[in-house]
Order: sequence, then C-alpha cells, then structure tokens
Amino acid sequence: MSNHELPRMPKSWRLESKPHKFCPGCGHGLVLKALGMAIDELGIQDRVVFGCDIGCSLLAWDFFNVDTIQTHHGRTTPVVTGVKRANPEAIVIAYMGDGGGYAIGSQHLVNAAARNELITAILVNNTNYGMTGGQMAPTTLPGQKTETTPYGRDVKEAGYPTQGPEMVAAIAREGAYVARGTIANLKQLTRFIKKALQNQMEGRGFSFVEVLSACPTNWRTNAKDTWEFVEKEMTKYFKVGEIKVPAAEGGETDE
Amino acid sequence: MADKPIEGEKKAFMTGNEVVAWAALAAGAEIMYGYPITPQNEIMHYWTRLAPKFNRKFLQTEDELSAGFTTIGGVLAGKRAFTATAGPGNTLMQEPMSMAEMMRLPTVVVIQQRGGPSTATVIYSQQEVTMTTYGGNGEGLRIVYSTSNHQELFDYTIKAFNTAWKYRFPTFILGDGYQAKMRESLTIYDPEVRGIEMVPTTPYVLRPGQIGVNREPNHLRNTYNTEEELYEVLQKHISAYNEVAPEIVEYQEFGTEDAEIVVVSHGVVFRSCKGAVQELREEGLRVGYFRPITLRPFPGEQLRKVAERARMLLIVESAYGQLAKLVKDAIFGCSVRIEGLFKPGVGITSEEVVTKVKELL
Ligand code: SF4
Repeated sequence: MSNHELPRMPKSWRLESKPHKFCPGCGHGLVLKALGMAIDELGIQDRVVFGCDIGCSLLAWDFFNVDTIQTHHGRTTPVVTGVKRANPEAIVIAYMGDGGGYAIGSQHLVNAAARNELITAILVNNTNYGMTGGQMAPTTLPGQKTETTPYGRDVKEAGYPTQGPEMVAAIAREGAYVARGTIANLKQLTRFIKKALQNQMEGRGFSFVEVLSACPTNWRTNAKDTWEFVEKEMTKYFKVGEIKVPAAEGGETDE
Repeated sequence: MADKPIEGEKKAFMTGNEVVAWAALAAGAEIMYGYPITPQNEIMHYWTRLAPKFNRKFLQTEDELSAGFTTIGGVLAGKRAFTATAGPGNTLMQEPMSMAEMMRLPTVVVIQQRGGPSTATVIYSQQEVTMTTYGGNGEGLRIVYSTSNHQELFDYTIKAFNTAWKYRFPTFILGDGYQAKMRESLTIYDPEVRGIEMVPTTPYVLRPGQIGVNREPNHLRNTYNTEEELYEVLQKHISAYNEVAPEIVEYQEFGTEDAEIVVVSHGVVFRSCKGAVQELREEGLRVGYFRPITLRPFPGEQLRKVAERARMLLIVESAYGQLAKLVKDAIFGCSVRIEGLFKPGVGITSEEVVTKVKELL
C-alpha cells in the first residue's frame, strides 16, 4: 500500500459535508478520494456532473463541490447519459455499487457500453448490498456468508461472482477504457480514474472502472481482516489492472 | 438547414403520432429519448426523420426506464426533452416519473394508451388514467392533459412544454391508440404566429460560472434521512401544486344549466359523448356534457357545481371506472346519482351513449 503519499483532502471535496457519512473504515471514502484527486489533476471541477446511485453510493450526494444528481437504484447510468447527450460539453460520472451496476441496472450498463456512450462509470465492488444490511450481491464470493446466504454463497444455487469489467470489455468497442482498481492501491486507482475521465473528454468512448472496496460493517471485520479480504480474498476472483485500453494508450496491469 | 420547422400556419392531414412529432418540433423540443412500443412508434419515426433537419437529437434507449431517466438527464441539462410510451412501457415510465415528481422536473411524456392490463392489445384504451395521474410511489403531483382530436394533440403538446417549464411538474399528454393511428385534418403552426411564447429553459447542472468564484455547485437529491425532512419538502411541493392548480385546470361543459343527465367523459370518448348529447338535445331532451381536459389537476370544483344541479352523472369511458374514481373523489358528498358506461379497452360510439342515456332518462 502506498496510500500515505496522497494529500489529505482533494480540492474538489466539499468541506461542509466532511467528515463524510460512510461507516468508519468504509472503502467509499477512499474511492471518492481517488476520484477527487483525478478531478483536481484534470482541473475539471466546473464541467463535471456527478451522478450517484442508491445504496451507500447515495451518501456521496453532497460529497463534492461539483454539480451532483442523486438518482434511483441502478438508474445513474441513464441519467448521466441523458445529460451527456443533451450537453456534450459535460463530463459526466455515474457512481454506483455492484448491486446498482450488475443487478438492477445491468441493462443500462451493458447498453451504454454497447453504444459506446461518452460517459465514465465508476462501480464500487464490496461483495454485498451495504445499505440494505449486507445481502448477497452479484459480486459476493463463493462461500461468502451474507444475510441472504447465511450458509455461504452456493454457486450451484446462486452462480459465481459477476466479472463486471470483463463483461463490459467484451461488449465495448474500440475506444472504450475498462479497468479494475482497488482501494489498496490508491495511486493506481487515481491513475485509472483519471484515464477513464480523459477517455471521455477526448471523445474516445465508454469508460468503466470497477473498484475493489471494503464494507467492514457488513463483513463484520476488523481493520486487519478487512484489508486481508480486499487484498487476498477478492483478488482470487477479481483481477486488478487495465482490461481494455484504446489503441492510442499504453495499458498497465498489476503484475 | 431550415430555420423553423413550420413557417406560419399550414393545413395538414396526418396521423396523431405525426402530429406529436411536428408539435414537439414547433415547440422547440431539443431532444427525444425513446423506446419502441405500439401504438406510439411513429412519433419516433417522424421525429428521427425530421429532427436532424432542425438540429434536434434522438437517442433510442434500452427500455422505458432508460427512456424516462435519460429524459430526466436532458431536462437537468436544461433542454426541452421528451419521451413517448404506452401500456407496459407506461408502467416502467412511472419509476423515472416518480423521480421527476419528487424533484419537480419539467419532463414531458406522451402516452398513447393501449389495452391493458399486461400486454393486452396494441390498439386502444383509456385504461392508463389511474397510472398516468397517480402512478409511482407518490401523490400525483403531475399535470395530465387528455386530448380528444388531432388539433388538440398539436395544441396541447406545445402547451405541455410550457406548462412543464413554467410550473416545474412532470407533464403528460394522454392520447390513445385511435388518436395515434387515425388520420385527421388540423392546422399546424409556429407557436409564435399564435402569440404563444415558449417558456425559456434553464439548466440545473453546469450553470454558467466557476465553482467557488461566481457559482455554487448544485446538489440535487430525492432521498431524505428523516420523516420530518421529507414531510417538509412534500408540504412545499403539495402547496405549490395546489396553488397553481386553478391556473392549470381546463374543461368543457355544455347544457349543464338545465340538464337532468350530464355525460362525463374525456379524451377520444368525449367525441362520441359530444355527438350523442347534441343529438339528444335536438330531440328536446335535457342532457349535457362535462369534459375534463386536465385529469390532473382535476376540475373538481367545476364538476361539483354541475353535479349539484343535475339528477344524474353518466360516466362514459373505455376503462372500468378509472375516470369514475377521479369524478367520485372530486364530488364526494354530493348526492347526485352516478351511472357508468364502462367498456375497458374498447371504443364507444355515440349510438351507444344515446341508447344508454335514453335507458336512464
Ligand atoms: S454499510 Fe458498508 S459500504 Fe455502506 S457505508 Fe458502511 S461500510 Fe461503507
């Protein structure tokens, strides 16, 4: 981990809404820090429209000093798509959880990717539905206990964790940017998010970053176990790195 | 590129769906988002042919949820944005429209009612009244115009954009499969030559200026933490709605001063009822009609006055009592007798109305 090298608070953060509303140890704050850094570095605060989904993502509704629209569960992708189509000058971000992106709103994610919409989607993967109290999500690991898989996710009944970025990369055309970052490497995550935003700004195509994140509240883990789960367990199923980069860009992996 | 879609005024003979596309163009609608469903498809067909000539845009979405939510995005960007749907698509449309209701967003949605429930028929009904007026998990803070002919379809589609942007409540044009597919003559026009000024639009996001220097970021939400917080917001919305409702309400009445039976109907069924009432009057029978044009807000006070004088209201609709519910709610406590001619999902002729009235007289 190299998180200590980052400055404390991005300029695009909204001071009045800090300390933020996420649980202590939650990964959302780190993802939003990386996003804030990327917005600062690109100097785009005045052009960003930040859409946030329902679930714990909605707690980000007043997180930034940027125009923000808190939408419905799964519907952030179409809302920001609508903004972008109506105002191509906007730099739009759809911020969502794994339930919003891979379950209830999966048709929107798939079709936005297929149309190569000029939007940037950031999806927080914490292997469960956080706000509703820790139910199984599409990303729950095999054997993982949640409120709706009290004996562990049985892959025969409930399938395997959704491979989101791999799915998006398979659908998206040339020009799309697809990556999976992690809160365990914020410098890399900031780079991925920055590239995803640049990809939109340069009009190349759809951009998607999934982030391996932590939900210590519902995982019922202490700090050590939380990081172990993010760094060791989740990476068994979710490979960190860039999955699809436009031909013009050089890719990077976690190796 | 042509300057204005319609110069001055023009006689036209076209289908209702084509009328809607022309009206939206004339009203300065900038973008349509849509998903195919019968009987509204030709609105998209005409729009996609005409729009590029006037620098307007179109996005075909993956479903009606997306069509509704992208329309919301277009409105938030400050554009006159609209969509059109029907039947099961209208069911899905209620989710985005509940967000528009909570956030008082000026979305415009054209509904061409088809048979229900479920997939039912692609043809016609008046069964989407309850859903369009009170759908979603809310209080029905919307504006719904029910049109009865192509001229009205044109006039009220233009008006819908102005009503939406002036009052900032989601606005609906409630048509039906007959109006969508029928050809009829009408006059299409540039709103300006009729002295209609289009209400200017303003963006909710990316307003001019620099954050922290000369503008504040806008934080828009529909989620609240406490009962009190929500209650306060809703109280404001409800009183704003009630305050403007009298300015928005529209209706037509005829012969209600001395009528024994007043026929109440809306939309295309009103045409049959109007014809029937005229015929019965010519026979010297004391019959009148009342027709709400706005189903939300409903012309309740006006109808109550009529109901207090009449012996009986005959409610006629191509649904099983959806208009009747609005009527009964509006005139609650009034002792007038209420009868119904309900034919869910089926058209109604003036002969049927004449026969029914004669039975009741
Ligand atoms: S429930 Fe989980 S995801 Fe939600 S704020 Fe708490 S720790 Fe974060």
